[in-house]
Amino acid sequence: MAARSTRVLMSCSRKDANAALLSNFEVFQLLTDLKQQRKESGKSKQSSGQQNLNTIMYETMKYISKTPCRYQSPETVREFLIAMKGHKLTKAEKLQLLNHRPVTAVEIQLMVEESEERLTEEQIESLLQTVASILPGDPEEQQRDSAMETEGRSSQ
Amino acid sequence: MFVLVEMTDTVRIPPWQFERKLNESIAEELNKKLANKVVYNVGLCICLYDITKLEDSYIFPGDGASHTKVHFRYVVFHPFLDEILVGEIKSCSQDGVHVSIGFFDDIVIPPESLQQPAKFDEAEQVWVWEYETEEGAHDLYMDIGEEIRFRVVDETFVDTSPTGPSSAEASTSNATEEVQKKEAPYTLVVTMCIIPIVSQSQWLILFLK
Repeated sequence: MAARSTRVLMSCSRKDANAALLSNFEVFQLLTDLKQQRKESGKSKQSSGQQNLNTIMYETMKYISKTPCRYQSPETVREFLIAMKGHKLTKAEKLQLLNHRPVTAVEIQLMVEESEERLTEEQIESLLQTVASILPGDPEEQQRDSAMETEGRSSQ
Repeated sequence: MFVLVEMTDTVRIPPWQFERKLNESIAEELNKKLANKVVYNVGLCICLYDITKLEDSYIFPGDGASHTKVHFRYVVFHPFLDEILVGEIKSCSQDGVHVSIGFFDDIVIPPESLQQPAKFDEAEQVWVWEYETEEGAHDLYMDIGEEIRFRVVDETFVDTSPTGPSSAEASTSNATEEVQKKEAPYTLVVTMCIIPIVSQSQWLILFLK
């Protein structure tokens, strides 16, 4: 990849370096809309100047599309945040759960600080249940899982 | 992983673009200036989120272009401390394992953070993690292309803007001098995500996503 360019000149002043945290899903939506807009507005005018934007959009989309956010929608995100209210997690921890969709207790321990002290085993289980039920996962995997379940049940 | 940063800047629109809607020209100019660039102490800029305020546009004597002060919000890649991310191993060297997430490559796991005992295999140029179980020692090779989970531990911003001419050295030594090492403007120092737990298989799940 071409050497990343340097700091942007002093003229650009920063008012608030951390106005808000964005989830992967929001960035995914933004980039998808932007891509659609640019496609609709015709050929890339002055493509020389737009090359950086094209590159970063393409690479970021490629990365984000491999994360669980591609199955999410604004409603699921809202539902998830409402469900998380009872668990007393910090904003950063909720964001990580949203972005990564953990399925094992070990992953929760990674993302939540001092989880052994703050959460009991039942709480971790219920957290996993909430995450698995509200946030959609890979539909193929879920089909496989439910197929295995029904197989198990029928063989009993 | 991503944050919204509020910024202000003056955008110059040349006269031949006056027929376009102002908002569009400004959005394009801002993206041209900031997309895929690292801003010192802020992070890697991705794309424009929205324009919050447009002040009056002025035309200055001697320049036919309009200058507009714009307040806007930009999507910036700036992971917070202790954030967990997933990336791909790009290469290994003596100074550690280099990881990439596609749009950002300057992520490094220093040798001290690699789960000990770890050694660098010179022949294959990979780091190897040797761990012992009841069955014997296993070698976990950190091959290129493997997906790993890591935690952000530190970040470094380097001001790579050009410095002024240095006093005595002038141009005499330029021909023989090596090209100055290009420093990455934004580097992340990370550590692998391993927490001590009982079963081996769970260990592996964490490390290899």
